[in-house]
Amino acid sequence: MDKTKAHITISDLTMAYGDFVVMRDLNFTINRSDIFIIMGGSGCGKSTLMRHMVGLKSPAKGKVLYGDVSFWDADPEEKDHLKRRFGILYQSGALWSSMTLEENVALPLSQNTTLSENEIRAQVGLKLSLVGLSGFEGFYPSEISGGMRKRAGLARAMALDPEVLFFDEPSAGLDPLSAKRLDELILQLRDSLGATVVIVTHELASIFAIGSNSVFLDPETRTMLAAGDPNTLLRENHDPRIQTFLRRGETGETQVTDSKADAGHPKPDNFRT
Amino acid sequence: MDAAAIHLSRLPGEILAIQLTGKWQLGQKVPSADNVRDELRNRPTVKSIVFNTDALSFWDSSILTFLVEIMKLAVKEGISFEKDGLPSGVQQLIDLATAVPKKEDASKSVVHEPFFSKVGSETIHFINSAGELIAFIGETFVAFGRMINGKARFLTSDLWQLIQETGAQAVPIVSLISFLVGLILAFVGILQLGLFGAQVYVADLVSIAMVRQMGAIMTGIIMAGRTGAAYAAQLGTMQVNEEIDALETLAIPPMEFLVLPRMLALTLMMPFLAVYADLMGILGGALVAGLYNISLTVYLNRVIAALNLYHLFIGLFMSFVFGVLVSLSGCLRGMQCGRSASEVGDAATSAVVTGIVAIIVATAVITIICNILGI
Ligand SMILES: Nc1ncnc2c1ncn2[C@@H]1O[C@H](COP(=O)(O)OP(=O)(O)OP(=O)(O)O)[C@@H](O)[C@H]1O
Ligand SMILES: [Mg+2]
Repeated sequence: MDKTKAHITISDLTMAYGDFVVMRDLNFTINRSDIFIIMGGSGCGKSTLMRHMVGLKSPAKGKVLYGDVSFWDADPEEKDHLKRRFGILYQSGALWSSMTLEENVALPLSQNTTLSENEIRAQVGLKLSLVGLSGFEGFYPSEISGGMRKRAGLARAMALDPEVLFFDEPSAGLDPLSAKRLDELILQLRDSLGATVVIVTHELASIFAIGSNSVFLDPETRTMLAAGDPNTLLRENHDPRIQTFLRRGETGETQVTDSKADAGHPKPDNFRT
Repeated sequence: MDAAAIHLSRLPGEILAIQLTGKWQLGQKVPSADNVRDELRNRPTVKSIVFNTDALSFWDSSILTFLVEIMKLAVKEGISFEKDGLPSGVQQLIDLATAVPKKEDASKSVVHEPFFSKVGSETIHFINSAGELIAFIGETFVAFGRMINGKARFLTSDLWQLIQETGAQAVPIVSLISFLVGLILAFVGILQLGLFGAQVYVADLVSIAMVRQMGAIMTGIIMAGRTGAAYAAQLGTMQVNEEIDALETLAIPPMEFLVLPRMLALTLMMPFLAVYADLMGILGGALVAGLYNISLTVYLNRVIAALNLYHLFIGLFMSFVFGVLVSLSGCLRGMQCGRSASEVGDAATSAVVTGIVAIIVATAVITIICNILGI
């Protein structure tokens, strides 16, 4: 397929839980091999947007297009076919708790490919070593730490060498070094597999380091404020809400200065909770 | 110890001054905002509220709840709320607490529903859930059809594991309960039959009751409490952890991967357990018969004479139906489960209740049909 072609197109998408509209009128395009960042404050609907893109929640209005195929209008076989090319890392990891790490990573392979058991075992070993978890094959998800679960989830997401990788807050719960290694890993995956990567993240460092395109969701207006390369947004977009977010509040005039002015107040500060 | 207190005073220019004194501490008695509310009601001309905290010796969250209450009051009445006189920490925390306005449009607020509208929404809810049930049964059939075509996707190892959990591991509890049920039936029967000198017919009573009905019903109820609840809790927890989402996005249908093996395991194991329960019940009866000087040979001869294949088939058929019902209600409630721990609990409870109700209703229906058919 054409390398520069639009891979995922969100057209006129409105997302709602019952009557509660989370976001409306979303329009943006994700190109092949983009590292696409979904950003916005907590609770603004980033995970929900991702659920619409991976086929877990149907839109209230609008379309999610993969190439020219509208996901939500496709017949079940076509949907399954599209889904098999996704790799997804959930916000909570979502490992199957009744299976060992090895079985977790092996299941997508055994269910969706015709590989032999030995080939599967080799793949699982490779994927677990990519995320630094070799030796933990026989562990159950409840026996490893939160950050390790996140990495195991990543290994599972990569199991099928997917065309599109979705990450919901991949670096939450990781130490700064592992977070940086994860960024590098994502870049390598994109370069070696040619995968398109969609990431929900708050980490400014990763946003600027790896993001090649992005969308900014605003909970106040319930729609997107801007789309584009995050570095360009930082330089050229003058919307104060975006600037505040991208500069960690440092251009916002209000809160920061207020608290400094009050610092010398003589009243008792024996506040306890 | 200086207790928390407030003193209200009027300053010129329609200003209400509130002096906060003493030690404001959670768990101690602190003044309520009602005093201020009364004051404002008595003097509706007040334009602003100011504070004096010179005599305040200690404060914690108790003062904040008090102040936020007053602030809301002030906003409602259009009175200006001057926080300058408050400690800086308190000011900052009030700012924080009021920075994000309460989310109104999500409308989670509990409005009082009139009776008829409640009846209406309950009815709609009931119709919807009936629709969900039918859809679920339909999906189960589709999954079953795919299994017959050899296309269903589940792990055989899972199925064996489930068969072991629902079958072999249930044997001890089934033994105990059905043995005791047989014993009780025999006691009751032997006393009544003894009145006519027909004690020996207790063997007929126990064996027919166990094989035709009680064996299947008792295992059904045991399995509803044991396995139905377990299914609902397992699937519910998987729902909470997004594990089911993870399956769905891998194009592995949860109906085939999770529900199908569970239903198969229980439906296959239930008839075996029921037959086993029949035997244990008859054994329980034999013990009582022995106590009343009916020899084991006589008892067993009566049992063999009394039973025919119809009894056995009806019992087996019932246990098969119960297996379907119990696993269906367990899986249905589990898959419908929401995303919180309490909903997992609700799902398990509801699975047991649905399972037992379904068993009793099915028993009644089957018994009536058998009666009409004369078998
Ligand atoms: N199942 C649900 N039913 C109703 N409302 C929901 C549901 N899930 C999420 N919401 C609402 O949708 C909004 C967006 O939620 P979402 O999980 O997408 O946020 P998010 O941007 O991913 O936040 P975070 O960064 O904290 O993960 C929230 O306001 C939330 O209250
Ligand atoms: Mg989220």
